[in-house]
Amino acid sequence: MVPSTPSSSATPSLPLSRESVVDRYFLEHRAKVLDVAAFLDRVDRARPASAGGGEDARLRSLRAAVAILVDGQAERARRILELLSDPSTEPIAKAPMKGARGAWEGFGGGASPGGGR
Amino acid sequence: MSYIDPHVHMVSRTTDDYERMALAGCVAITEPAFWAGFDRSSPQGFFDYFRCLTETEPRRAAQYGIAHHSWLCINPKEAEDPVFAREVIALIPQFLDRPNVLGIGEIGLNKNSRHELEILEAHLQLAADRNLLVLVHTPHLEDKRKGTRLIMGAIRNQGRLDPGRVLVDHVEEHTVREVLDAGFWAGMTLYPDTKCTPQRAADVFEMHGTDRLWINSAGDWGASDPLAVPKCREEMRRRGHLEEVIRKVSFDNPRTFLSQSGRFRVEVAPTR
Repeated sequence: MVPSTPSSSATPSLPLSRESVVDRYFLEHRAKVLDVAAFLDRVDRARPASAGGGEDARLRSLRAAVAILVDGQAERARRILELLSDPSTEPIAKAPMKGARGAWEGFGGGASPGGGR
Repeated sequence: MSYIDPHVHMVSRTTDDYERMALAGCVAITEPAFWAGFDRSSPQGFFDYFRCLTETEPRRAAQYGIAHHSWLCINPKEAEDPVFAREVIALIPQFLDRPNVLGIGEIGLNKNSRHELEILEAHLQLAADRNLLVLVHTPHLEDKRKGTRLIMGAIRNQGRLDPGRVLVDHVEEHTVREVLDAGFWAGMTLYPDTKCTPQRAADVFEMHGTDRLWINSAGDWGASDPLAVPKCREEMRRRGHLEEVIRKVSFDNPRTFLSQSGRFRVEVAPTR
């Protein structure tokens, strides 16, 4: 898998052919997709934490993120990160904890962010 | 090929890591002040930490031919008590003239709270008063985009800080464009799970170019890899990127930004 043309310093666009990218990275990402599938299966098999509770916002976000993977539009990574982000703009009164959960707690599911910045 | 890791917390790493980094070509590092994994119980704890960053770590790094530099601050994770935080900030000026101190960092926001913002503004004022470089920490995960925008707004509101002397770190695909378009430098942190992988960082270079953009390991006490920078360089090499491109993002760019401090030094020839 020799790169087709070397990239220039000013614009280091991807030098690999599409075939080379698939050859090089397919197995790694096949495994990652299977990890996501197995994780969702594991969630389904697990005992619910409490009766009547809605689905965890992180799971709603993950399902919406998976939809972005197959929507055929560009910049999937950016759009998924935006989907997982807190959309508010004002500082909060007090930090409730030091860490982060990985997805915005208020995510309601459904529509994914559009392609605009 | 030599490289610079411009953000790594060696206080949390073993001496073996210094050796491995030197073997991989690391010739200089910069170490920002950060959260130790627990809250310090007094400002004196920070006094000792600043001594470590300006005395102990430079000696440890020098054993392996690595030039060590540091940034000072109280990190945003310990900024929720503004009275305590201001006592720590008052300790900083006595360390600023030490020869390996490059500026104020890593300051920023963690959960985007009002107190964190207040302490960020106090740090920015100190940096502006002393004409110091600034290294910015942007929040994690779901808090990153909002926090990055709040931080850039605070820097703009400060009014006396040149964006060309501020590096906004931990950018990802959803923040890198805004940071660069605003005139700041940007850093990508190579973490196993929570920030950029070496592969995604290479993607970002391919999509957004290499100007004012660097990579770092941010190796610390958590899941992290002090050899992440050479691994990203290898990823770029395997894709066929030119050596000059790889050198630019892992050596030339950090050297250019950090040299604005007047304190940054690389004593080993970059062609080693």
